[in-house]
Amino acid sequence: MGVSVAYSHVVGVWRSFFPTVSLEQIINLHKRFKQLSGNEDTISRENLDSIPALATNPIRKQIIEAFFDKRNQRQDEVGSFHEIGFEQFLMVMSHFRPPTLKTTEEEREVMRREKLRFLFNMHDTDSDGTITLDEYRKVVEELLSKSGAIGLEAAKAIADAAMLEVASTNVPHMEPDEFYEGITFEHFEQILKGLEMESRMHIRFLDVNTTTMHCGK
Amino acid sequence: MAELLGSSSVRSGRASFCLRVVGFVLLLVFAAAASASRDISNGTSKEPNPAREEDPHHRSNTTHHKKAFPVLSFNYEHVRTPFEISLWILLALLMKLGFHIIPRLSHVVPESCLLIFVGLLVGGIIKAIGEKPPILDSTLFFLYLLPPIILDAGYFLPIRPFTENLGTILVFAVVGTLWNAFFIGGMMYAVCQIEGTGLGGVDLLSCLLFGAIISAVDPVAVLAMFEEIHINELLHILVFGESLLNDAVTVVLYHLFEEFAHIGTVTVADAFLGVVCFFVVSLGGILVGAIYGILGAFTSRFTSHTRVIEPLFVFLYSYMAYLSAEVFHLSGIMSLIACGVMMRPYVEANISHKSYTTIKYFLKMWSSVSETLIFIFLGVSTVAGPHSWNWTFVVLTVILCFVSRMLGVVGLTYIINKFRIVKLTKKEQFIVAYGGLRGAIAFSLGFLLTNDKMKDMFLTAIITVIFFTVFVQGMTIKPLVDLLAVKKKKESKRSINEEIHTQFLDHLLTGIEDVCGHYGHHHWKDKLNRFNKAYVKKWLIAGERSTEPQLISFYNKLEMKQAIMLVESGSAAKLPSTLSSVSMQNIQPRAQPRGRIIPRISKGREEEIRKLLRANLQKTRQRLRSYSRHDLMIDPFEDNMSEVRFRKQRVEMERRMSHYLTVPANRQEAPPVRKVRFESDHQVYLADDGDSRAVSGRRATQPNLSSPDAVSLLDESSQRANQRSPDPPRRGPELQESQEEQDQLKLSRCLSDPGPNKDGDEDSSFIS
Repeated sequence: MGVSVAYSHVVGVWRSFFPTVSLEQIINLHKRFKQLSGNEDTISRENLDSIPALATNPIRKQIIEAFFDKRNQRQDEVGSFHEIGFEQFLMVMSHFRPPTLKTTEEEREVMRREKLRFLFNMHDTDSDGTITLDEYRKVVEELLSKSGAIGLEAAKAIADAAMLEVASTNVPHMEPDEFYEGITFEHFEQILKGLEMESRMHIRFLDVNTTTMHCGK
Repeated sequence: MAELLGSSSVRSGRASFCLRVVGFVLLLVFAAAASASRDISNGTSKEPNPAREEDPHHRSNTTHHKKAFPVLSFNYEHVRTPFEISLWILLALLMKLGFHIIPRLSHVVPESCLLIFVGLLVGGIIKAIGEKPPILDSTLFFLYLLPPIILDAGYFLPIRPFTENLGTILVFAVVGTLWNAFFIGGMMYAVCQIEGTGLGGVDLLSCLLFGAIISAVDPVAVLAMFEEIHINELLHILVFGESLLNDAVTVVLYHLFEEFAHIGTVTVADAFLGVVCFFVVSLGGILVGAIYGILGAFTSRFTSHTRVIEPLFVFLYSYMAYLSAEVFHLSGIMSLIACGVMMRPYVEANISHKSYTTIKYFLKMWSSVSETLIFIFLGVSTVAGPHSWNWTFVVLTVILCFVSRMLGVVGLTYIINKFRIVKLTKKEQFIVAYGGLRGAIAFSLGFLLTNDKMKDMFLTAIITVIFFTVFVQGMTIKPLVDLLAVKKKKESKRSINEEIHTQFLDHLLTGIEDVCGHYGHHHWKDKLNRFNKAYVKKWLIAGERSTEPQLISFYNKLEMKQAIMLVESGSAAKLPSTLSSVSMQNIQPRAQPRGRIIPRISKGREEEIRKLLRANLQKTRQRLRSYSRHDLMIDPFEDNMSEVRFRKQRVEMERRMSHYLTVPANRQEAPPVRKVRFESDHQVYLADDGDSRAVSGRRATQPNLSSPDAVSLLDESSQRANQRSPDPPRRGPELQESQEEQDQLKLSRCLSDPGPNKDGDEDSSFIS
């Protein structure tokens, strides 16, 4: 099939991360990609902005930004793209694959770290490797942004308390004049250890073509 | 080491002595009760005597033959029923107490086994005396003993794992139970047809009825078991959810087969009606429960003036839901669960903290008593009931139950795993299969059978299966869990970071699903949440809390818990769990060079604060003046003044306190007064005013804190704050922190202290 030839390199790359992915799933994602991009080869931020379902999401800016973040492309680059192609789109999506019965313990560890890395990159907006208090405050503010005035006031207090918790868990003894710079990736991992990211952060990739079931985007 | 051994032997010696004493006392009590009840049976013949005794008394008035006034008389009949009920419950609880005193027993043998054993013992004693031991009456069981357990389970059901695994749970509950029933029934019938077993009289419908009774996993037994093995959340919710939801199937099958066992034949139309009945029973039950739940939530919106009766609404609406469902032969258990689940988020937002604690503890208490009584009665009924032991039937039942459960779980998981994202491993399948215990529901259903011929045999088999599952499977599941290294429940409490990220993840996954373009699990959950927030919460939650986002209510609860922990552990000198020296200043960015511009507090705000503090101090003094049995003690934190605003203030203060709990107690001599700086309208900070020279001067003002003049102190200190803004913000850090901490205590104390305490007790607790 001509389609499979076109996708073969993409499938090859992705299969190394996502062994159980099927051709149908990739084809569906490609159809969705074409729909979002208006049949172009690349997607820009405006394309993603115009998805109506995302309008009510409090963290949509961060989600859209995550697609264009170079750090999520597993190539150790920093910065952000202006537009992304299908390969980069898939690469971001691959962070949301679920573990299978055959995933070994080490693979789960790797998967968990990767997903936590994705989250970390979403919070660390200036790419300096730490989440500062201001960045964390922004995260909580965005989360509560749809809740009106109550949200904004409490956001600061919550973010402060959360930061304090991270600091006190990871660096138990700090001198009073020491300053905790920010949450590093190791501390982030430590604090979210209990959530078992590899079992929670995944979506269902469909085999059935549903893009034709929804009118428009 | 030797002391430890010595003390443990002394303790066990003391424990066994205690047990012997307890046992002896109980025996005496029971003998007395038994003989009293024998007297009662004679007492009915005595009853005419009192009447006749009165006559002589009357006559004696005329004949001047006076009987002595009875100083002490014995009238047991009058209080018999409540007396015996109380005695049984007391026995049950004393037994429970006894088990936990004996050191090693409770680790090896699960509590349910011990209770059944005690029941056997008691039943044996009663039989030995010659009395007829009481049997677990089905009305008693279904109407009084079962609802508290189910309500407790349903009200505290962990919603997130339940809804995430709902598909799996439903498949196990419905398809699994159906498979069990038909497999066991069918195989039993096949065996019964074999010559030589003496079971030829058992027809197909009776077998199927028996299969239906014995097939359902019992929530009481599962709860009792899983509580002790602390298994991970997924497995717990799978087995437990299944045991709750299979009630609908059991009800339908039981009534279906019982109806037709009399008639003798089943047609296709009947089978179809049975299927329809299943949907009616389950959905109807859920609907009834949901209606009562909404009613309960709506009622709780208006209870702010009568806090004392709040818990009763929860209990009564739930019980009514159960009874209403039972009226129509709908599934009472599902109704109760639906009611609890529906009510809970709204009720918890409306009721006071005390009511919440009351509800929690009453539910736990009642369900604990019920569970204990059920197991003891099971034991007693075993001794009491008429038995008809048939080796083939009984052994076959036990084997078939086990085999069909294993096959059912494995087969269903194979199909389910195709649809699950996170698959169930073989170990997990085994635990799910092994944890399918049978319990008192099966016994009670069997007891309700009206066919005497088979009933005894069925009952014997049911009891044997129950014993097998509870004793054998119950005792071995814990070592098996350890052996298979199944994941245990994580003990750590929820942290604010985890909560933030759980919410973040929800939104992230919803967003990614939207980008992908398909309406998945997260999309619908998000839609439901938004509907809830927009419409339902407005109706069912009182006041401002209807718009409070979940993260904030979580945060408030957390802070409250920390503050209470702080209070309970004494003053801030003792550090509770976390030994961390990190405090707010370690994470705040370094003070900006523009200095601390302290905004002027608006007049209105100041007035408010002043009124607040004054009112509080007055109220706490009034607290001891009037007493009424129906009033709760007036608590400074629960009053009619703007509760929300007060709550926010309190939250801020408690947050501050929890921060300072991490500071090493480096006490200085004279804690100078801290002033209060208002940064935004709703946040209260305590800050250093940075001048050591004024320390001694301020010592004189210290006693003022405990009086209503504290307000003026705050006033003047805030003015002083404005004057002193150019002062360097940072001083000797230790001095600052300990001063802040002690000041915090003083300020907090002045809000709750009943009277002025000029000596400045450093260690008096926060909420006196």
